[in-house]
Amino acid sequence: MSTETTRSAKGKTEYVVRAKDLTKEFVMGTEVTRALKGISLDIKRGEYVSIIGPSGSGKSTFFNMIGGLDKPNGGTVFINDVDMAQLDAQELAFLRCHTIGYIFQTFNLIPVMTALENVTLPTIFAGVPSDEGVARAVELCEIVGLGHRLHHKPGQLSGGQQQRVAIARALANNPSIVLADEPTGNLDQRTGMEIIQLLRQLNLEQGVTVITATHDDKMVRVSDRAVIIRDGMIDKIEERAEIEGRLGTEDAPTGGH
Amino acid sequence: MSEHKELRQPQLPWGKAIEFAWKSVRIRLGRSIVTAGGVFLGIAFLASVLITKSIAGADITAEESARNNWLVALSLLVCTVGITNSMLMSVTERYREIGTMKCLGAMESFVVRIFMIEAAAMGLLASSLGALVGMGLMVLVKLMIGVPKEALEAGKTWHGSLHVMDSVLIFLGCLGIGTFLTMLAAYFPSRYAAKIPPAGALRMDV
Repeated sequence: MSTETTRSAKGKTEYVVRAKDLTKEFVMGTEVTRALKGISLDIKRGEYVSIIGPSGSGKSTFFNMIGGLDKPNGGTVFINDVDMAQLDAQELAFLRCHTIGYIFQTFNLIPVMTALENVTLPTIFAGVPSDEGVARAVELCEIVGLGHRLHHKPGQLSGGQQQRVAIARALANNPSIVLADEPTGNLDQRTGMEIIQLLRQLNLEQGVTVITATHDDKMVRVSDRAVIIRDGMIDKIEERAEIEGRLGTEDAPTGGH
Repeated sequence: MSEHKELRQPQLPWGKAIEFAWKSVRIRLGRSIVTAGGVFLGIAFLASVLITKSIAGADITAEESARNNWLVALSLLVCTVGITNSMLMSVTERYREIGTMKCLGAMESFVVRIFMIEAAAMGLLASSLGALVGMGLMVLVKLMIGVPKEALEAGKTWHGSLHVMDSVLIFLGCLGIGTFLTMLAAYFPSRYAAKIPPAGALRMDV
């Protein structure tokens, strides 16, 4: 890993994410939906956590709060010991750029840019010199197995390949957290499994904290912890042993090499 | 929080924003032409009405003059609606893209700047073409209709006359109005989109 870009925002604390008493309400006309009813969760550095729950459980809302993509009505989120509510727009942009890498169910690549340009984008926003940014992007594309598709546009790539581009893009500024919202939701079984293994591998080899929202059992199976959200609250937190007990381990990658 | 100052995103140079805007116009060429088409038509209409009024000069009745003023006002309105509509479309269809860029660390000001540059470029190009075509067509029409007998007998080759100074002013005016309206129409929706939290922008499917 390049040392230049790792300097930023990587504190020494054990917990990367600390969420406390998060609440969120959505108002639609006269109806108020309480999506989150007070969720607290601490996530350790280097952990692989899956957040599961049926649709409408508040899973995605919680996810958006941790990622600084939306603001809670109550409670606090600390990322690397920084209270997100205290950040102004510029600092929030910095946090999104350097500390968090986002992966979406719908990939969300910029359609007018090539794979390489998409991966280079976050380095541009970070102010990294162009040559250095491109070199880093090429390296990442190779890591995710797309070294031969650098100059293809998203429309010319398969779903799995697009998600690989998205993963490479998420890692461009060496984030300490990767947030993946249903990353396998739009992929077939086999491709989904490849993406899961890639994420787990990056987690194990590069020490990136991976947080995913999912209802894909395959994803849960490789997790260190599974947080089950129901009705806007944490229903249950399963540790590794419990997950294995419930789902088995057959598909989990052996990791490490 | 002493290290806060360091934790700020750098302001990207204008060059980067121009590069972004250029790329996005070029790659969406078809779409950009349609958008610019709206600006073009509005300005062409405005320019044609203005030049007709100028050519007619003093040789028209009070009634005709009033009708011409009315036409100018109307064409301005058409032009404004046309431009606002096309720019609004071109911004709203890119909400997701804006949300994504913000997730990757783009600042609000950078997003707005990209759209402003795009709008300025499109506005300038479309308005100057529109003004030239609108004025050119009217002059051509005038030439083809020919000159009435009385006017010929009075020693004129034109019914009314084409004033160079007027034409230049009309051209510049149309260019200014077109570019200004285009940028204004892009500014508000892009600023709105840049300000909403990324989660909202990504959810929006327009």
